[in-house]
Amino acid sequence: MDWETVIGIETHAQLSTVSKIFSGAATRFGAAPNVQACAVDIALPGVLPVLNKGAVERAVRFGLAVGADINRRSVFARKNYFYPDLPKGYQISQYELPVVRGGSLSMLVKDGEKTVRLTRAHLEEDAGKSLHEAAGNAHSALSHGMSGIDLNRAGTPLLEIVTEPDMRSAEEAVAYAKTLHALVRWIGICDGNMQEGSFRCDANVSVRPRGSAVLGTRCEIKNLNSFRFLEEAINYEVRRQIELLEDGGTVAQETRLYDPDRRETRSMRSKEEAHDYRYFPDPDLLPLDISAETIEQIRSELPELPQAKRERYQNDFGLSAYDAGVLTQSRENAEYFEDMVNRLGRPAVKACANWITVELAAAVNRAGIEIAQSPVSSEQLAWLIVRIDDGTISSRAAKDVFQALWQRENIAVAVLSAPRPSLHSSVKSAARDDIDNIIEQLGLKQISDTGALEDVIVQVLAANQKSVEEYRAGKEKAFNALVGQAMKATKGKGNPALINGILKKILAR
Amino acid sequence: MSLSLPEVKRVALLARIEITAGEAEAVQGQLNNIFKLIEQMQSVDTRGITPMAHAQDVAQRLREDRITETDQHALYQSIAPQVENGLYLVPKVIE
Amino acid sequence: MINASLKQLSAQLAQKKISSVELTQFHLDRIARLNPGLNAFVTVDAARSLAQARAADARIAAGKAQPLTGIPVAHKDIFCAKGWLTTCGSKMLANFVSPYDAHVVERLNAAGAVILGKTNMDEFAMGSSSETSFWGPVRNPWDQTRVPGGSSGGSAAAVAARMAPAAIGTDTGGSIRQPAALSGICGLKPTYGVVSRYGMIAFASSLDQGGPMAKSAEDLALMLNIMAGFDARDSTSLERPAEDYARVLEAPPRGDRAKPLRGLRIGAPKEYFGAGLGSDVGAAVEAALAQFEKLGAQRVAVNLPNAALSVPAYYVIAPAEASSNLSRFDGVRYGYRATDYADLADMYRKSRAQGFGAEVKRRILIGTYVLSHGYYDAYYLKAQKIRRLIAQDFVQAYEQCDLIMGPTSPNVAFTLGAKASDPVEMYLNDIYTVAANLAGLPAMSIPCGFGEGGMPVGLQLAGNYFTEARMLQAAHRYQLATDWHLRQPAGVE
Repeated sequence: MDWETVIGIETHAQLSTVSKIFSGAATRFGAAPNVQACAVDIALPGVLPVLNKGAVERAVRFGLAVGADINRRSVFARKNYFYPDLPKGYQISQYELPVVRGGSLSMLVKDGEKTVRLTRAHLEEDAGKSLHEAAGNAHSALSHGMSGIDLNRAGTPLLEIVTEPDMRSAEEAVAYAKTLHALVRWIGICDGNMQEGSFRCDANVSVRPRGSAVLGTRCEIKNLNSFRFLEEAINYEVRRQIELLEDGGTVAQETRLYDPDRRETRSMRSKEEAHDYRYFPDPDLLPLDISAETIEQIRSELPELPQAKRERYQNDFGLSAYDAGVLTQSRENAEYFEDMVNRLGRPAVKACANWITVELAAAVNRAGIEIAQSPVSSEQLAWLIVRIDDGTISSRAAKDVFQALWQRENIAVAVLSAPRPSLHSSVKSAARDDIDNIIEQLGLKQISDTGALEDVIVQVLAANQKSVEEYRAGKEKAFNALVGQAMKATKGKGNPALINGILKKILAR
Repeated sequence: MSLSLPEVKRVALLARIEITAGEAEAVQGQLNNIFKLIEQMQSVDTRGITPMAHAQDVAQRLREDRITETDQHALYQSIAPQVENGLYLVPKVIE
Repeated sequence: MINASLKQLSAQLAQKKISSVELTQFHLDRIARLNPGLNAFVTVDAARSLAQARAADARIAAGKAQPLTGIPVAHKDIFCAKGWLTTCGSKMLANFVSPYDAHVVERLNAAGAVILGKTNMDEFAMGSSSETSFWGPVRNPWDQTRVPGGSSGGSAAAVAARMAPAAIGTDTGGSIRQPAALSGICGLKPTYGVVSRYGMIAFASSLDQGGPMAKSAEDLALMLNIMAGFDARDSTSLERPAEDYARVLEAPPRGDRAKPLRGLRIGAPKEYFGAGLGSDVGAAVEAALAQFEKLGAQRVAVNLPNAALSVPAYYVIAPAEASSNLSRFDGVRYGYRATDYADLADMYRKSRAQGFGAEVKRRILIGTYVLSHGYYDAYYLKAQKIRRLIAQDFVQAYEQCDLIMGPTSPNVAFTLGAKASDPVEMYLNDIYTVAANLAGLPAMSIPCGFGEGGMPVGLQLAGNYFTEARMLQAAHRYQLATDWHLRQPAGVE
């Protein structure tokens, strides 16, 4: 049978506030156990929650960025269940009235543009962590059947973003997750650090015979904290469900966990215990009202969004969809690009885009870093293009300069917000000096002195009379041989364009 | 309506309160008496009435995003049943 | 001294006729003598109290005294006080030394009041008799075979027996007013949101409100002046300008001096005088209403048609919130943990089964049930709708009257154990008090006579939102004309 995969994704994006959603404790990652768990976070008797304005603003920013409705009144509810990392015995979340409703996200997939509809996005608090083994301490209670509870993460603000079941393959799911990941970072609501758990996905996966209008029974795969795991887990789960169904079995609705070592999903038995969350409005928190003024204020502060930028780069700059896509993968990429364009002007747009999407992108990938962390600054790269343009170096040599620059550890990354002088040689520029010094040190400067080149070419012609005759006899290839000889004679530093011109002029005599 | 014995046990499980068979029966009787009182609510028509969750009709006040709390885990853990290396200890959590 | 008002005590402290240390020691001595019979205090820490008293004396000497500086106040054991055992009447918290102060405690400390000790109460404030405490029942100073009312029974008995000049309590469904009535003292539950709930161990968050308990309306006003105030740590705390609740106590009467309450319209809803009301209580309350009329007030007819539904709705909403509020007591971070258990789930079940008493467990089960899948609409949501109807009844009633008066409790204090076996009968004791909590309205109880067995009867005065000062003025005028509030139980001299 031909099966269709149906996927919906729930993402928990940790909001980038400095303090927790309902308390004034810090949210910094990596602190010693429980030092960032205040009275409210450990749920001492008598303590009460007070909502963090920063979390609300970030949720609204997200809603506006995905074209959703912002609920002017939303309500916090208690989700009741017992777990040692949940100090109150309930999680404060939003249930019937979330802060964000609807919206959608568009992305490029191999068949073109794909739009995923969002159901909702709601604010909630994170739980703490249960640790099961003590590192290197055989005497520890943790090594003897105990778990340790660290509540530093308890109360960290989360935005749970829920999609409709709109994705049809693991590839689409990954494209959605990547686009969402880029967006939350772009609008500055989440640092997107997946290793630290700032961005985690749950995938709801089901299969059905293609053409069927009813959804199959779904399984929820929890806590996928990398795009690769998301892809692998979905692919495994789809295979598992299809095999089950084709063998005449049925899929049980359950929560599953992905084991990256065994590359398979398995049932989370602990979650299968009959749950009844007994949601009800939290009596400690009043309805959250968001005024039209607040919404407009936040809207006015929104940066140009990736999709709009991508379209603008294609329409106004004439860039390819691919280049526009790479340049808008993150806000830092776009800022890098736009900084170069600001310095060099519109005519250099394509050169800037090429350097970023080819040379810089490759180097960044090799190093496993982001463009924002590139040791070559946008100003340096702009100067490199200037030096190609003014004939100081060849494009080939520029690549060597780039590599040399990349490997120099002591070159400070230029501050993007620093004043941007136009590229006149009269203006002092450390970046220009960096480029020029490397060109100097590597001896890559082109010979662009016409007189000197003429001398060399006269000698080359004298030494290669056979080629001269062949050329004059109409053999075009002979011309290239002469250019090659001239380059060789200048040790590769002759400006090829000038050599061409001079050769043609002399040969025409 | 009245609660059956299995319902009493299910509710006790949800509430994480151990209950013996004997207790469950006694509790069942008490709860059903209480629910007789509660059932009086059904005598009034509440269609169209907005539920009232709070005593005051005001909106949530927001806190500025600032760190106001300092590390007090030593004080807080001085009253904890079992701790080790800053962690609260519990019987092993199975996931 | 034992019948002195807070104002008189403050004056004596200011004039150095007595020191706070002497005043505190005097009450500590009374506690030592009377508490073994009454069991009103669960924790007394003389060293701590006297240290606070010495600081208060220094402050008075430095001329920096505030109205309550140096006055000893008994604290219901539901208020977290740093360094004090704070047990909420429960085995679950029998070892809980609070690492922080409740907002109310902070305010009293800042005013220079002295914490005299922690008073006994129904476990987690769930009860109307102060019998469900892990520390044993509180006894009524008027008759030790009877209950003092609850849940703030320890605070009520402490003031009634003159072991404390004043006390603080909490009121979720009548827990300040009913024990005040049954113990012959005054108690006030403010408008919801006036007193911060921060540090008050939660029973039912949307109903809980702290308030003062004392001998007179005037004393209540002085206490409320300290207790009330905005607190950013409680989302339901109301941001309002500070109010002097004593400002109109002595307001010059409009018209002749004999009728200082001229213009006050009192509603006495017939629903509060129907079946179930003891004739002794009814008679005392009628006499009080006649006295108010004598003082110039006018009696008007009002109706509270949904009054009978307040107890059923309350016994859905309060347990629902409580079942969730009490989930944090799991033996992981503080409080009681069972010693023998098989695994994590077993530790939870055993710790909670052993740490909570029968009434608390009963209410957790009710609350869990009414919130559970399939029952939410029929019970929880239904109760919230009825809550709205009840609140609307008051809105209409307060268009016709300024204050509503009636009995605080249908009966005088009952014998220990008399209602302990029948939860429903116990719950019906709250029939006149729970509506104010559901609506968030202020209400108070003052002594207005005696009933069966020579036991005190309480009159309930209830007002519209934020009318505490008006209620206190009416009560004060009544107390200037009568002396019920000055009567004290025999054997406590």
